[in-house]
Amino acid sequence: MSTAESGSALLSQQARGAVTVAKKNALIYYFKPPVLIFGVLFPVFFFLAFSLGRSMPADRIVPAMVAMALWFTASAVGPLVTPWERTSRTYERLISTPIAIQAIVAGDVLSGFAFGISFSLVPLLLGLAFTDTAVASATSLVCGIVLGALAFSSLGVLLAAPPVHGPSYIMMLSNLVRLPLLFVSGIFVPIAEMPAWARWLAPISPLSYCADCIRRGFGETGYFPFWLNPLMLVLFSALFSWAACRFHIRSRAHGL
Amino acid sequence: MDEMIRVRGLTRHYGELVAVDHIDFEVHRGEIFGFLGPNGAGKTTTIRMLTGVIDPTEGSASIDGHDIRTKAIAARRHLGILPEDANVYVDLTVWQNVMLMGELLGAGRRERRLRGEELLETFGLQDRRAQKGRALSKGLRQRLMVCMALIGDPDLLFLDEPTSGLDVASARLIRQIVAERNRRGLTVFLTTHNMGEAEELCDRVAIIDHGKIAAIDTTEGLMRVARSRQSVDVEFAGESPPAAELEAIPDVTAVKRDASRYVLYSEQPGQVAQQIATLATERGYDIAAISTRKPSLEDVYLFLTESNGSP
Repeated sequence: MSTAESGSALLSQQARGAVTVAKKNALIYYFKPPVLIFGVLFPVFFFLAFSLGRSMPADRIVPAMVAMALWFTASAVGPLVTPWERTSRTYERLISTPIAIQAIVAGDVLSGFAFGISFSLVPLLLGLAFTDTAVASATSLVCGIVLGALAFSSLGVLLAAPPVHGPSYIMMLSNLVRLPLLFVSGIFVPIAEMPAWARWLAPISPLSYCADCIRRGFGETGYFPFWLNPLMLVLFSALFSWAACRFHIRSRAHGL
Repeated sequence: MDEMIRVRGLTRHYGELVAVDHIDFEVHRGEIFGFLGPNGAGKTTTIRMLTGVIDPTEGSASIDGHDIRTKAIAARRHLGILPEDANVYVDLTVWQNVMLMGELLGAGRRERRLRGEELLETFGLQDRRAQKGRALSKGLRQRLMVCMALIGDPDLLFLDEPTSGLDVASARLIRQIVAERNRRGLTVFLTTHNMGEAEELCDRVAIIDHGKIAAIDTTEGLMRVARSRQSVDVEFAGESPPAAELEAIPDVTAVKRDASRYVLYSEQPGQVAQQIATLATERGYDIAAISTRKPSLEDVYLFLTESNGSP
């Protein structure tokens, strides 16, 4: 077999491994209480806190709800998987298979990605069915949802990478990161209307670019240049995934 | 002979602690290699390095010619592993656990289904295929883990304390299947505290103590190493000679007394037995029973891992 052929066979084997890891995660973790609480109930309660008693136009609520649902759901699976597997003593089994750490991380990202997209479709479809909002740019909306899910899922996997035993510590850490970013990302108040300090912080949050993309999808004016949103979401995804791999590889080198 | 595992200077530090200290050994293709040692001697750390769970601090190792660091994926491709500390996926059924592991090990759908059916049948798990991992007893869970280790049809099987804490039937079943698979060409790397198991299964044994290899040989070869653990057991009917009289027999290194029974340690147990018989005839002692005893693997193990090795 030539080098190119063996390289492509290896890549295909690792891709299959990543899909298997994602399927395993879907079977085991999608319906675990921490995922349902932090991934599904959190955005519902935030939505209620955000919208009840305030007269806000539907075209502002629907994009915000879609972005927020995506933020919480896509980043909810990752923080649970590795700590749970370390505690239940299945992580060692996984890393001793012929699947590279990079493929395991890709599988974890993929499972969060699929979970995020599936659950964010609920507010999207409800919004389109029961309000007068309409999609103005399908490209922008799809781009926001797909790339946003990828970036948020990668963030979730990165948060789970430090070698701790017990999912509770990581779930707490993930909320410490996710909640502050939620408030500076233009979900509740558009970035242009936020105070100056928050406008300075908005660019460090991947949610800002995703929300901007989704708002554009519903015909609202964007805050960032259009091209910047997908670019930043791709960069965040790559950075988070790379850092997660580094953490896992370092943990293994240190025997943690 | 063809080497399946080759280890050179393999070392693992945990901070100041040296868990495995420059060990060298080879495991030949098709053999069952026992890796014995007291708790904390470095057995599991060695397995964890060889199976890619942790990186070595120094040294090198290869599996089937593939370096475990530079060709890690290739090295792990044909392994079956039963880790001591691992578990099954308790939220998945028996069948899902086996299929998941088959998929992770790269077995095709038809192949893993066929093999999975056969393994569940062999390990008596067919009736429990829809049962979740959490509902299984320790023995059944261990059987499932062996199924998961074998589903990829490995060339090399790592077994870390496979029968520890199991009921007799489960332990025997696992030993039988390991021996049977070995006859079909499977190479096995086995750590165990059960000396009988090692003696029954292993072609060669390495004894590790404080992170260093104390000895490697066939079980018979190791028993020869501990020649001073050979003994003569003699029981007298009626009056027994004083211990000092037995200690004075040439080549006897130590004497232990238990009521009317004596154990005389010697590298020449046959000659010592003859001299005891002569002594008894001359002094009028009545020998009720006399036998020579070769050291067991347990004796060898204790001889090599105890500080001075004396009886």
